[in-house]
Amino acid sequence: MERQNQPTQKRGLTAIDGALALIALLLIVQMWLLTATLESYLAGHREVVLPAAIISGALFLVCAGLYLFVRRIDAEARAAQKKEEAPML
Amino acid sequence: MKAHRNPEPLWRDEFSIHTADERYVSRRQFTKFLVLTSLGMFAGNLWILLRSAFSKTPVYSEQSICRANDVPVGGVWLFRYPSEKDPCILIRPDQDTYVAYSQKCTHLSCAVFYSPEKDRLEWPCHEGYFSVRTGNVLQGPPPRPLPQVILERRGDEIVAVGIATRKET
Repeated sequence: MERQNQPTQKRGLTAIDGALALIALLLIVQMWLLTATLESYLAGHREVVLPAAIISGALFLVCAGLYLFVRRIDAEARAAQKKEEAPML
Repeated sequence: MKAHRNPEPLWRDEFSIHTADERYVSRRQFTKFLVLTSLGMFAGNLWILLRSAFSKTPVYSEQSICRANDVPVGGVWLFRYPSEKDPCILIRPDQDTYVAYSQKCTHLSCAVFYSPEKDRLEWPCHEGYFSVRTGNVLQGPPPRPLPQVILERRGDEIVAVGIATRKET
């Protein structure tokens, strides 16, 4: 019950923070993947290049999905805030 | 009649750009930046994939390096192969063995030198060592073996015929 009373904006902010942390984590994995792939390619291990590109693309899609989620939550939170601030007629 | 008193000065109303707001980076903007960076990482991986797919196998010309007796046992002969920009080192560790490698270290391209006392190639920049027999990394930060120049002995002459880029074993 207490959760329902929590302001929408605060809940939205928590969700956005979580998504942001997840995106940052995925980005670190992508950075590591890029450097490891480049290193392997230069060492002559060409068989790793295709799977690495596919995984990197998948990670990007997850990041993009999380960004869309953040946008939606942000828009909802702003709309709720505007509604609260609107003068009572 | 009460006079209406505006708490904000007039110039603030007319000049509606707020420096603090301009500097403020919202979470949504920051997320956008991170996602664009993620796109950049993906583009980097795609670039490596395309380079790998469209790279051609290089063709090396033959090049006479020196006569076998020009290099004493435990001595070296410096030359450039396949182009003038590629310094290489030929080593004669014993009577009948000739090996040649690119002189550029695989870490930061500093020159490597032969140490006959320790029978290894040394890279003084960051204390990396390579095996003379195989070119493999013995110690230090170099991530890959030295590219080996393929040699052929034609009578008294030593000829470079190609470069073998080997995988780390």
